[in-house]
Amino acid sequence: MTIDWQAFWLTLRLAATVSVILLLIGVPIACWLAFSRWRGKFLVESLVALPVVLPPTVLGFYVLVALGPHSPLGRTWQSMTGHTLAFTFTGLVIGSILYSLPFAVQPFAASFRSVDRRLLKASAVLGASPWRTFLKVVIPSARAGLISGFALSFAHTLGEFGVVLMVGGNIPGVTRTVSIDIFDQVQSSNYASANQTALLLLVLCFGLLTLVYGLNPRARALGAGQ
Amino acid sequence: MSESGLKVAVRHEFGRNAASRPESFSLQVDFSIDPGFTILFGPSGAGKTTLLDCIAGLATPQEGCITSSGRKLFDSRAKLNVPPQRRSVGYVFQELNLFPYMTATENVEYGLFKLPLAERCRLATAILAAFGVESVARRRPSEISGGERQRVALARALVTDPAVLLLDEPLAALDAATKTTILEDLRAWNRTRQVPILYVTHSRGEAFALGERLLVLENGRIVAQGAPHEVLSAPLQETVAQLAGFENIFDVTVDSQHPERGTMMCRLGPSQVLLETPLVRSQVGDGLRVGVRAGDVLLAVAPPTGLSARNIIAGSMTSLQQRDVMVQAVVDCGVSFQVHLTLAARDDLRLAPGNKVWLVVKTYSCQVLRP
Repeated sequence: MTIDWQAFWLTLRLAATVSVILLLIGVPIACWLAFSRWRGKFLVESLVALPVVLPPTVLGFYVLVALGPHSPLGRTWQSMTGHTLAFTFTGLVIGSILYSLPFAVQPFAASFRSVDRRLLKASAVLGASPWRTFLKVVIPSARAGLISGFALSFAHTLGEFGVVLMVGGNIPGVTRTVSIDIFDQVQSSNYASANQTALLLLVLCFGLLTLVYGLNPRARALGAGQ
Repeated sequence: MSESGLKVAVRHEFGRNAASRPESFSLQVDFSIDPGFTILFGPSGAGKTTLLDCIAGLATPQEGCITSSGRKLFDSRAKLNVPPQRRSVGYVFQELNLFPYMTATENVEYGLFKLPLAERCRLATAILAAFGVESVARRRPSEISGGERQRVALARALVTDPAVLLLDEPLAALDAATKTTILEDLRAWNRTRQVPILYVTHSRGEAFALGERLLVLENGRIVAQGAPHEVLSAPLQETVAQLAGFENIFDVTVDSQHPERGTMMCRLGPSQVLLETPLVRSQVGDGLRVGVRAGDVLLAVAPPTGLSARNIIAGSMTSLQQRDVMVQAVVDCGVSFQVHLTLAARDDLRLAPGNKVWLVVKTYSCQVLRP
């Protein structure tokens, strides 16, 4: 048996979905973290950073419980769609979003914090609304951080294991990702196969990061490795 | 104040509990300015930038009222605070704050987004040409010279046709020639528009070259206002004197008065040195203060004769210190005088500490200050 292409495409689809959604929800969160003056901000910062230190199985366990038929979310979803969220691709997406959240939000927030506030003033006195300032000044200034946050959340989702296993299990074509495939190959002593898949993932991740840093030298200065 | 002027009466306090500023700072001003240049003059930390920020809406005063061309921009009692983007205030920042990832043209067009593209292009091209920087239109701020950046920043603020123009030391980093031509361009621009321009500077040269009127801000308060030559040549207050560059400020006692000559003799401090100064309203025996610029004092190594200057004071050289291309000498005449010399003068006269020297001070180089 060689590379499980089904698992491979599923993983890419998952990573793409998760990183796009994280870009959409991570930017407002990061923006709030960077610009809010609320004193209790550190609570939200800690919450966002939690997945960095939390064992994936712990996060996966709670996500599984939250998605299950006994939780309000799980019940609502079931009554709307007729099936549970656990062990589905959607469930996997939700778990992965939570797991990769800090890898998107932290570089976003770091780059928003590093935007020169004086440029925001210049924009305002030139007649720009806060929204226009955000689009024309904040986003272009923070481009490096946005790209690296997007790439990191993509790469991080590619390689995720614990949460996926807890939330999604191992259903081929639905929730079976590359890392689970590798684990399976090793379990059944298919070292050659495991090596092929692992090498492909390694090359892919390395290529992705090279592309990000190569295109975008400023990303290096940001905390891309956090 | 005319209808097209700017009227500012605000109190703005900040910095309480802030570690960076152990004492709270308060800005409390009440003034109005007419169309044309008004110079805002003051040392760093006087609150000049804070005042401009209040006018532009980038800082919110605790109380007060700001009116531009009859339009209320801020009124604490009416709870009115027009956001900066709707104040129609042009602001050229000290650091310029050009958008680094935009070309000169894109920077200039930034404030014109409400206009159609063709109109935007036409206005940007025209103003870049008017300020002589059309050749760098396609370049980014990092690719052009300091002077060109300043011109682009001015063009960006002016192209929006603001009702008030705030300039925060925009020409501080430029050489005199470049500065002069930019100021000429600015005057030409304002000849047709006639908007009030509040121009922050700490340079006397700029204050004299530009100003129809001068506001002196010190520690958050306006301590003097008037025409530059009034405020700077006959200072009423010592803070103004220090701002205007009087390195020597002496306590004096009026010794005798000569109304027929328009002069009086003043004794310097506890010494026996008498100084002839312009006559001011005072009585013999009154304590006053006299300011003399270090650059207005001549220095001789032999007793000078045949001079029109009335004050010739003997003393001895205490120290000579080189400051850039100038030498700062301290001469003890019973009181200590600071004198500025050129390097060549020091070398030609072979000046050294301990030398016997004579100081020459013209009567009208002595500015009498209110005590």
